[in-house]
Amino acid sequence: MSGAELLPAVAWDEPALPQEPARGYWASACRKLARDRTAMTALGVLALIVVACLLAPLYADRVSHTDPFASNLNGTITLGGQDVAVMQPSTAGLGLGVTPIGPTWRWGPYLLGADTQGRDVAARLLYGGRNSLLISSLATLICLVLAAATGTIAGFFGGAVDRVISWLLDVLWAFPVFLLAISLSIVLISHGITIGPIDISAGSLALPILIIGLIYVPYVARPVRGQVLALRRSEFVLASIGLGMPDTRILLRDVLPNVMTTLIVFAPLMLALDMVAEAALSFLSIGVQPPDASWGTIIQDGDTLLYTRPIVAAAPGIAIVITVLALNVLGDGVRDALDPRSKVRVR
Amino acid sequence: MVFVLFGISVLVFLIFFATPGADPAARIAGRNASPETLEQVRASFGLDRPLPVQYALMMQRLFITGELTSFVNRGERVVPEVMEAAPVTLSLVFGGAVLWVAGSLVIGLTAAAFRNTVVDRGLMILSLIGVSMPVFWVGEMLNLVTQNRLHDTVLFSWVPALGYKPLLADPWDWFKTMLVPWVSLAILYIGLYGRVLRASLVEAEQEDYIRTARAKGLSEFHILTRHALRMSLIGFVTLFGLDFGVLVGGGALLTEVVFGLQGVGKLTFDALHTLDLPMIMATVMYSSVFVVLANTVVDLLYAVIDPRVRAR
Repeated sequence: MSGAELLPAVAWDEPALPQEPARGYWASACRKLARDRTAMTALGVLALIVVACLLAPLYADRVSHTDPFASNLNGTITLGGQDVAVMQPSTAGLGLGVTPIGPTWRWGPYLLGADTQGRDVAARLLYGGRNSLLISSLATLICLVLAAATGTIAGFFGGAVDRVISWLLDVLWAFPVFLLAISLSIVLISHGITIGPIDISAGSLALPILIIGLIYVPYVARPVRGQVLALRRSEFVLASIGLGMPDTRILLRDVLPNVMTTLIVFAPLMLALDMVAEAALSFLSIGVQPPDASWGTIIQDGDTLLYTRPIVAAAPGIAIVITVLALNVLGDGVRDALDPRSKVRVR
Repeated sequence: MVFVLFGISVLVFLIFFATPGADPAARIAGRNASPETLEQVRASFGLDRPLPVQYALMMQRLFITGELTSFVNRGERVVPEVMEAAPVTLSLVFGGAVLWVAGSLVIGLTAAAFRNTVVDRGLMILSLIGVSMPVFWVGEMLNLVTQNRLHDTVLFSWVPALGYKPLLADPWDWFKTMLVPWVSLAILYIGLYGRVLRASLVEAEQEDYIRTARAKGLSEFHILTRHALRMSLIGFVTLFGLDFGVLVGGGALLTEVVFGLQGVGKLTFDALHTLDLPMIMATVMYSSVFVVLANTVVDLLYAVIDPRVRAR
């Protein structure tokens, strides 16, 4: 007598619980992120900002009818049927000089008023946003790529290579970040720099991009190096080494996908840090150079108008706050989504 | 530690003296200087010597004899100027630090005590906003409100004009001058540290010894402040040490620029702008000494606070 009669009548070839199709790591992380409403709101806000800034030429052309880079000291606009000069005689203080027009709060020219050169602040805000977003994105890309490369090489190959790279990163990081940024900016902004065949002129946007990208490399490289050091000892990497796989293949197939996770978590944070760094450098006049604008330079422009037309300094600051806030919230959401230790939801 | 300082001094020297296209003599002589003037300037400032010799001379004059003089303000000794600016920065950073430590403790503890409620969410959002505001913009907005818009109201009529007043000359005036810069500096760090503290407090709450304390019948307040806080303070103190070191060394330069305080940060920035190389070297070395010192102190402190690190 076999024990088969004692077993419950179950179909053994069917799964006991309803099964969900197995999803990969990235797919399930994306789903987790999509379900996080705060992170999705932040992503939406960021998308809105990016789109608005990309449409800057359209705004300047159709809505404000001004050239945001040309002075408009003698211009006039029509307000309520009357012609109003863009630069009005000052009433504050001694009554000398001119004050730009304040915000009209109407969809049209000078929505947010004019600056000292009579330029439309709202249009400049959008153009400035393009540069700010561009600089922080490219700087973040450079930073992450360099940090990944140095951290991975140092962590994987160890020994003398690791010692040299770690020492370099330590010296770079021991230099207070802002000081390094300011020093490099001041020296390079005035003359530009020639690296081999590449000649970067003095007013180029590439300078702040490279500088801001460079200064945060140690900040990201250290955790990457730590992670690669741990990965080096993990079983699957040891197995690959034991199987005689070439180093490049191990790096690409085993190490890099894991490092990607760290980099993706760092990305929104670095975007936020780089945006604030660029604003600070531009505020100090050593970031973006005229005639280009960025949110930092507009705050600098608004410095002289701070007490008479505060909107010129306030608006770019608010733009920065909203963007950086959205990036921070998104960063929190991304980190939670990629964390394998977060709660598993069972339907 | 000495190696790192050496590395930093070399790096600074290279950035300012050896960057291609950057000619210190041309900057000192001014624009459109004739070649003879350039040569004269080079000779008198010793810029025609080989780079390692220049470096060694500068280090000797800075550290050993202390008679390094500025390129821009001829004859003005660099080291005493830095020493004069130091109390301003120290006033700013100490006051700001008191504010931000107190503020972040309150926010972190409150958020952890009421975690996952509206209070917690609200405080974390406020902290996040604080972190997201560029410090120089916060300073400008505060200036706008306290110096101009609401200056005539009872709220802010006590705010004196921008600029530093020495502590010993008039303590009350000093306090009134520094209060707004302190708030401006603290906002960013309160946000940052509040979030860090809340996260580590919540993590500490998962530990077994907290469960034991709760089982013993201790009040939540007691548990939070006496037990959980101790563990969280480790991370808090290490972060604080590092940030404090950076700020004392001149990291508050944006705040100093906005509020017109002649501290080390403002001195550094002015020196960088006028490319006053000896002053730059002095201020950067001053700053780096504090940063490296802070790193070392924090490492030692870590061993003191956390017994697990000590036990090998």
